[in-house]
Amino acid sequence: MAKVVSPGVKALRKVVEDVYADARKAHAEGKLVGWSSSKFPCELAEAFDLNVMYPENQAAGIAANRDGEIMCKAAEDLGYDNDICGYARISLAYAAGKRASRKFDPETLEFIIDPKSGKPLKDENGNVVIDPETGKPKKDPKTMQPYTVLDDIYEIEALPETTEKEIAYKNFRREAIKPYRQMRMPQPDFVLCCNNICNCMTKWYENIARMCNIPLIMIDIPYNNTVDVHDTNVAYVRAQFDAAIHQLEELTGKKFDEKKFEHACENANRTAKAWLRVCDYLQYKPAPYSGFDLFNHMADVVTARGKVAAAEAFELLEKDLAEAVKNGTTTTPFPEKYRVMFEGIPCWPKLPNLFKPLKANGVNVTAVVYAPAFGFVYNNMDEMARAYYKAPNSVCIEQGVDWREGICRDNKVDGVLVHYNRSCKPWSGYMAEMQRRFTKDLGVPCAGFDGDQADPRNFNEAQYETRVQGLVEAMEANQAKKEAEAK
Amino acid sequence: MSTEVLLNEFKEYSEHPHRVLSQYKQEGKKVIGVLPYYAPVELVVAAGMVPMGIWGSNKKTIALAKEYCATFYCTIGQLALEMLLDGTLDQLDGIITPTICDTLRPMSQNYRVAMEGKLPCIFLAHPQNRKPAFGLQFTVDQYMHVKGELEKIAGTTITDEALRDAIKVMNRSRKARREFVKLAGQHPEAISAVNRSAVLRAAWFMEPAVYGPKLEELNAELAKLPASNWKGCKVVTSGIICDNPNLLQIFDDNHIAIAADDVAQETRSFRVDASEEGDPMMALAQQFADQDYDVLLYDEHSNKNRRADYVVQMVKDSGAQGLVLFMQQFCDPEEMEYPYLKKALDDAGIPHIKLGVDQQMRDFGQASTAIQAFADVL
Repeated sequence: MAKVVSPGVKALRKVVEDVYADARKAHAEGKLVGWSSSKFPCELAEAFDLNVMYPENQAAGIAANRDGEIMCKAAEDLGYDNDICGYARISLAYAAGKRASRKFDPETLEFIIDPKSGKPLKDENGNVVIDPETGKPKKDPKTMQPYTVLDDIYEIEALPETTEKEIAYKNFRREAIKPYRQMRMPQPDFVLCCNNICNCMTKWYENIARMCNIPLIMIDIPYNNTVDVHDTNVAYVRAQFDAAIHQLEELTGKKFDEKKFEHACENANRTAKAWLRVCDYLQYKPAPYSGFDLFNHMADVVTARGKVAAAEAFELLEKDLAEAVKNGTTTTPFPEKYRVMFEGIPCWPKLPNLFKPLKANGVNVTAVVYAPAFGFVYNNMDEMARAYYKAPNSVCIEQGVDWREGICRDNKVDGVLVHYNRSCKPWSGYMAEMQRRFTKDLGVPCAGFDGDQADPRNFNEAQYETRVQGLVEAMEANQAKKEAEAK
Repeated sequence: MSTEVLLNEFKEYSEHPHRVLSQYKQEGKKVIGVLPYYAPVELVVAAGMVPMGIWGSNKKTIALAKEYCATFYCTIGQLALEMLLDGTLDQLDGIITPTICDTLRPMSQNYRVAMEGKLPCIFLAHPQNRKPAFGLQFTVDQYMHVKGELEKIAGTTITDEALRDAIKVMNRSRKARREFVKLAGQHPEAISAVNRSAVLRAAWFMEPAVYGPKLEELNAELAKLPASNWKGCKVVTSGIICDNPNLLQIFDDNHIAIAADDVAQETRSFRVDASEEGDPMMALAQQFADQDYDVLLYDEHSNKNRRADYVVQMVKDSGAQGLVLFMQQFCDPEEMEYPYLKKALDDAGIPHIKLGVDQQMRDFGQASTAIQAFADVL
C-alpha cells in the first residue's frame, strides 16, 4: 500500500524544493547564491533577499541518495583525509566541481544500466515476480539505474564544442549528472560560516572560499562551559552580527533593510515555535509519527526557517498531527512497543538499515536531540546572539544532558540509542559520560553503536543489530521489573 | 657550561617531566598544567606558579580514558586524560583547558567531569575573529576569567606589574627559542634532531625564568661555532607535534637536519611576542590576535593560500630541500589544510612526505623506510 502523505508533509517537501529551485533560478539569472552553515543566523541573509544553500543539508541528501561514498572518495583523492567529517568531504568534493553522474556510452549517448540496481518487480497483487529461468526475483525495469560514475563540471565545461557531435556529447554529459536537487545545487558566490556546531566548519568554509575564490563571512561562536551565556559572549557575537551586516552590504551593494530583517526574525521565530510544537507531538503514547520523520523535516528548519512558507508548513503539519492523535493513527508502520531517544545525527546512507531492527522489535524513536537544537526563539538581536550560542556542540555537558533528559522525560523513553558518529568529534566526544548520566538520572538503558552521518564505510550493520538487540533486552527487563513492582 | 652539559640538562627536563614536577612540589611551588593551544602562560607565571605543558605522552597507552572517549580522537587529548586519571598529574594544582579544536571542545568537559572535586580545571575559549576590537575584548574577557581562577589557586592577586614582568620573561624565552631554532638549523652537526626536540620540549616543563637564560647560554655556545660543513640534507618539519626521540633518531641516522619547523608544540607556539608596554592584559590579547599562519586559527583572507605560502617561504628561507609533515592522527585542522599545503609545495617544486603519527606508536619501521627513501630523493 502506498504511504499516505499528509498535507503538512507535502507542504514541507515543497518548501525545500522551492528553496533549491529559487537558488538555481537566481544562479541562472546571474544573481548571487551563497552557501551557509546550518546554524548561521539565516535572518541576516534574508534581510538582503539572498539565495542561500546549505551544504550540510546537501551532504545529508547526497548521502541518503547513496552517493556519499563516491563523493567522500573524490574528496580523499583531492587530499582530504578520510578522518575528516563526511559532510565536509562531500561538500568539498562538490565545491571542487565533482559530481555523481550516470554512466553512458559516448557514442550512442545512452545510459549504461547497472544490472545490480533496481527493485523486485511485483504483480498486481503486490507479490514478487520470479523469473522462471533463474528462479530469482525479476527486476522492475522502471527502477533500474545506470552505473554511478564521478564527473567534474569544470572538466565538462572545458570540453570542445565545435562539431555537432561534440556539442551533443557535452550537453549529454552535463545532463548525465544525477538529477536530484542536492547534486544540482549551484556553485557558491560567497560563504556564510558559523562555527557554533564545530570548529571543523571554520576550515571547511575557508577551503571552499579558497577553492572558489569567494568572500567568507564568519561568525565565530566559541565553545561555552556554562549553562548561562555570559553577557561578554553575547557582546562578542552581537558585534560580529554588525560586522557581518556590513560585509553583506558590501557584497550586495544594498543597505541593510531593517524591516526585512525583522520580518525574517518573525518568520524564524514562528518556524522555531511550530517546529518545537511538532516535536512535542512525540510525547503522545503511542506517538503519531516517528522521530525518523523529524530527521526528514530538519531540511526545512535548516534551509527555510526564515521563510514564512516553512512556518506555515510546520503549522499545517501540526494540524495533521492533531488529527492523527484524535483519530489514534500514526505514520509509524508498526505497533509501538518501546520508545527510545536516538542520539546524534542519523547514518543517512543507511537509514533503511537503521530502521530495520527497530521495526522488527517495535522500537519507535520518540526523541531526537534536534528538537531543542533548532528551537531558536528570541525577541531581539541580543537574544538572537544568545540563541545562536546554544547549538548542540557549543554547549557544556550539563546543558547537553539537561536538553536530552528533558525530552527523554517528556517523550517518555524507555532507552537511548547512541550513535558514535565518526564524522562528528565534538558531538561524540562526551557521549560516554552522557550515557552514564542518562542511566543514573532516568534509569533507562543505553546502547552505543559506531557509524557515520555520511560515509557508509564507517557503519557496521551486524554490530548495530547486536546493540539494538541488547538495548531491547534491557528495556524488556526494565519493563518486566516495573510491572512486577506494580503488582 | 659546554654545549654537551647544557644539552644534557635540557634532556633531563624533557625526558622526566614527572621528576621535574615532583621537584617543584618539594620546593613548595604550585604548578599549573597547560593544555594546547595558546594558553596565556604569562598569567601563571605572574601568579608566582609554574606552568607545565601537557602534550600527551610518548610512553603511555590509553586505557582509563576509554571510559570517556571513543577511539577516533587525537592522542594528545586522550593521553592527557589518561594521565589525569592514572595519577601521573596528581601533583598539579590546576589545569588550563583551551578549546580551539573539535577534540578539545568535548575533552574540556571530560577533564572537568573526571577531575570534579579533585583538580580545578580552568576553561578557556579563544575567539576565532580575534583581530577586530570586539575579538580583542573577548580574549581579554576570557583571560580575565583565567586570571581570576589562577588567583584563587595561587591565593594572590595578579598585579599589572607582575604580569608585565611575566610577559618579559616569556618574551625572553620565546626569543631564545627562535634564536635556537635558527642556530640549530645552521649547526646540525652540533645539534641533532633528537637534541633539538629535547631543548624545545624542555621549555614546556622548566620554569620560564630559568629556561630563557639557560637557552641563551646554549645559543652563545652555538654562535661561536665555525660555519657548518653539513653533508646531509635539511628539511622543515610541520605538524602538531614531533617530540618522540625514537622517531627523531631516524632523522639523525639518515643525516637529515631540521632547518626550521612549522610545528604547533615548537615554533608555532613561540613565533609571536606580547608587547611589554601598555595594558598587559590587552597585550596578551593582541599577541593572540597576531598569531597567524596556523591550521587552528581562522584566516580572514581565507580565499588566499597564505598559510601554505608562508610554510613554502619558510622552507626556502631556511635552506631546506624538503618538508616532512607529521600528520597527527585524527587531527582534522591539520588534515583540512593538507591539500592546500601540498598544492603550494608542489607548485614551488618542494618535495614533501606525509607521515601519519600518533603518540601510541612504538614501532617506527614504516616511518624509517619512508624517511630514508625521502632522504635519498633529496
